[in-house]
Amino acid sequence: MKVGADNRWQRGLETLAAWLLAIVWAAPLLYCAWTSLHHPGDVARMDLSAPLTVHNYAYVFNAAPFPRYFLNTFILVTMVIVAQFTLSTLAGYAFARFRFPGRNVMFVLVLLQLMIMPDVLIVENYRTLNTMGLTDTILAIAMPYFGSAFGIFLMRQTFKSVPKELDDAARIEGAGTLRTLVSVYVPLAKPVYLAYGLVSVSYHWNNFLWPLIVTNSVTARPLTVGLQIFSSGDQGIAWPILTAATLLSAGPLLVAFLLFQRQFVQSFLRAGIR
Amino acid sequence: MARRTRRASRANDDEIDSPLTGWALFLPAALFLGVFTYYPAVATFFQSLFSDPKGGRAARFIGLDNYRAMLDDATFVHALVNNLWFALGTIPVSIALAIVMALLVNRALPGRALVRMSYFAPTVLAMVAVANIWLLIYAPQIGLLNAVVERLGGTPHNWLGQPDTALGGVIVVTIWKEAGFFMIFYLAALQSMPPNLAEAAALEGASRWHYFWKVTFPLLMPTTLFVMVNAVVNAFRMVDHILVMTKGGPDDASTLLLYYIYETAFRYWDTSYAAAMSMVLLAILGVVAIGQFLILDRRTHYR
Amino acid sequence: MKAMLKTMAIASIACATTLAALPAAAVEISFYYPIAVSGPLTKIIDAMAADFEKANPDIKVKPIYSGNYGETLAKALTANKSGSPPQVAVLVASDTLTLIDEDAVAPMDQFVKTPADKAWLDGFFPAFMMNGRYLGKTYGVPFQRSTQVMYWNKDEFKAAGLDPDKPPQNWDQLVEYGKKLTKQDASGKVTQWGLIVPSGVTSHWFLQGFTTQNQAKLTNEAGTEAYLHTPAAIEALSFWTDLARKHKIMQEGIIDTGNAPNEFIGGRAAIMFHSTGNLTNVKNNAKFPFGVAMLPERKQRGSATGGGNIYIFKKSSPEQLEASFKFVKWMTSAPQAARWGIATGYVAGRQDAWDTPEMKQYQKDFPPASVALQQLPFCAPEFETHAGPRTTKALEDAIAASLTGTKTPDKALADAQAEANRILRSYK
Repeated sequence: MKVGADNRWQRGLETLAAWLLAIVWAAPLLYCAWTSLHHPGDVARMDLSAPLTVHNYAYVFNAAPFPRYFLNTFILVTMVIVAQFTLSTLAGYAFARFRFPGRNVMFVLVLLQLMIMPDVLIVENYRTLNTMGLTDTILAIAMPYFGSAFGIFLMRQTFKSVPKELDDAARIEGAGTLRTLVSVYVPLAKPVYLAYGLVSVSYHWNNFLWPLIVTNSVTARPLTVGLQIFSSGDQGIAWPILTAATLLSAGPLLVAFLLFQRQFVQSFLRAGIR
Repeated sequence: MARRTRRASRANDDEIDSPLTGWALFLPAALFLGVFTYYPAVATFFQSLFSDPKGGRAARFIGLDNYRAMLDDATFVHALVNNLWFALGTIPVSIALAIVMALLVNRALPGRALVRMSYFAPTVLAMVAVANIWLLIYAPQIGLLNAVVERLGGTPHNWLGQPDTALGGVIVVTIWKEAGFFMIFYLAALQSMPPNLAEAAALEGASRWHYFWKVTFPLLMPTTLFVMVNAVVNAFRMVDHILVMTKGGPDDASTLLLYYIYETAFRYWDTSYAAAMSMVLLAILGVVAIGQFLILDRRTHYR
Repeated sequence: MKAMLKTMAIASIACATTLAALPAAAVEISFYYPIAVSGPLTKIIDAMAADFEKANPDIKVKPIYSGNYGETLAKALTANKSGSPPQVAVLVASDTLTLIDEDAVAPMDQFVKTPADKAWLDGFFPAFMMNGRYLGKTYGVPFQRSTQVMYWNKDEFKAAGLDPDKPPQNWDQLVEYGKKLTKQDASGKVTQWGLIVPSGVTSHWFLQGFTTQNQAKLTNEAGTEAYLHTPAAIEALSFWTDLARKHKIMQEGIIDTGNAPNEFIGGRAAIMFHSTGNLTNVKNNAKFPFGVAMLPERKQRGSATGGGNIYIFKKSSPEQLEASFKFVKWMTSAPQAARWGIATGYVAGRQDAWDTPEMKQYQKDFPPASVALQQLPFCAPEFETHAGPRTTKALEDAIAASLTGTKTPDKALADAQAEANRILRSYK
């Protein structure tokens, strides 16, 4: 009896803690949303009773061809994800299950990429893509990211925890290497793909400097570059405009997470890896 | 197709001895890594040994001069020290918070979807956007933070504009952005833990605190080490928040290594010095991360 | 692999050139421009480029928006290092020496041939030409320029018992008015500051207001020497530091440059020093009557010029270079300069632009727009030396150290001087 009551107390406290933390965590974003719905003068005076306005969103939306930028961003992240998934799956499988000469050295090299800052390589990579005649294309933004150490590392760890017996069984049934990979390993790694996909999408959705440098045209540029016109420079930061632009660009991702979070978490649950 | 013929040791048991297949699987990724990471990285290294071609003067071989120059460069030393503090400030706190968050939302909870969303949302935002939002929050007169501080009876402070709080301000922003990201990995790990373990422990009357430290935490170890590698790497390769919030100031109080490299490369256009500093940063990260990885691989039991 | 890439590239270039050559023998030039003030400016630039093409059917201009100033420089120099720079770009006026040291830009003088060209080049305000000139040649001409001015909140002046139409005229008045304008609540907490002077990004530029008023010269013409540790410069930095730390009329610590106008618009500071780039922003968003005036004087009036020049990149074909010059001349001609100035709030760079009927009307409708023009004779060029960004950082660090109290103004500037000497030793 007493244990049950204690338990309920504890549960209640934990719920409270979860919510308090959630409110603290959400506060900056809520503040951001509030700012985006007000006139700059009202924001600066933090006038809670000030009238709401959607003017900032309209302004942002009309300042550039955003449907086009959304489309470009969408193509970009799709391209990156497909390439990264494919290459990381193949390489991850190699490192998890195959012995080949130079494997350990290669793996350390792959890990090194985690530590190389893409920003430092901009000038050289621009030169390479320029030689290939690919600058000012969506492909040029995506290509340097196709090989992903993070992805290879993640897939290797995941595949290593797949029981070898499953692999053996598939092979005994006559499946080749790729068939085994696709029919045994890939389904078991679904949650990892989801998590990795999410991380990768949010990185490329938000990447800015490289796309700005390697592209020139509206037809190739992603959302982030389009939104940069709202940052400051010779004049002060227009907070309402800037926050509206931020939410407008991150909006689709936030909505997607809210909509798919059930599937997202459930697939974590379904993970066959124990 | 090569078949395993040996059944010598347990470690070899899980692996297939097929060099050709192994390389064939790795090759596509290796190609892209080679062209867009290793080739430019090696080119960068060679640049660090040459002077910058400036004002009509051609590049010439200067050996390790750039590396020696770092020792006399006060900003570089500042950046290095700050970066260590930044790592110490962000890594433990964001990992601890991530575990707490994962534990809190790994159970029935009214409004769980919203709570998860709230923890996770900062991860989805671009660092530039996050930095801008916090710049507004920290603004001395019109910002949210000082408004809250005043409401609670404290004295407002110019958070990013004073050397004693600028780095701390940046650390808080990083924790806010990262904790939810790490939470996802812990959540995945927690959900793959057998629930009967907890039931058994509860029946034996073990306190939850005790259970966490004796059972859950050790089981989370592989995840923790993985997250740690990421956190360390992130601590040294974030730059956008500094660019937006403090520009490394006041007087280098919040400058970080990558930010200084970035400034050297894209503001001072001293490509060769930037290349040399990149190499040092790479060496630091390489040692730390490979060390961690070795521990991780030994300690993790692949079940 | 490199050889293969090259073949591919040559093939694609050959392909592209044949295709482009078929319809008309038009020269194509690309034009990088940053956006640093709000408004539908990409559309205006596109319209200007289209109008230019209409007047010059043999030239095609491709305007490319390229982020803020820093990002535009990064983009342009990255492309330049790969041998494919833009032909024309708008970049910060005080980056001229960086561009010259990178061997990126061509002097305008090599294109100036006719008397009309010469008249065009001589028509710019001298104050705006200083940054773009080096060793007698002009590398950048004014496109979107600005200076620092003083904004004040007339309501707050009235409330403090001051004449709302008389801003402070000199340093003493600034302190005196500032004290009257600083408001505290019952607990002694400041609810409104008398003054706000940004000290974040480009703090060196804001220091230049004070140093110019105190007749301190910070560099030599050739950009090979910096004079930071002089009595006049120390006095200027001391005055700025004292505004917060001694007179308590300004927030202590670093004040973010981008956020400062929001504090002014929000009524949290009664007087603001800031760029003329903020005119439109303050006009649209302040809910109180405000005035704009020259900065207060010390030994003389003084301010600094800022903003962007337009440059021609040298790694282009001779046809492209000629086309670029035509484009630059057209973009900076009186009607276009007036058009751009009115749309953005930037200070048009030449007198004949101010004499156009549109500009006269604009001044009549919005008198503060002409304050910058009156102040121009007292303006110093923006701080610039060889390895300019590095010496600028040394100066900005000194300002930060002084304003936050970690060093005295004297010590801070002595350190900055030593650092600047070290940086500049190889340029002597």
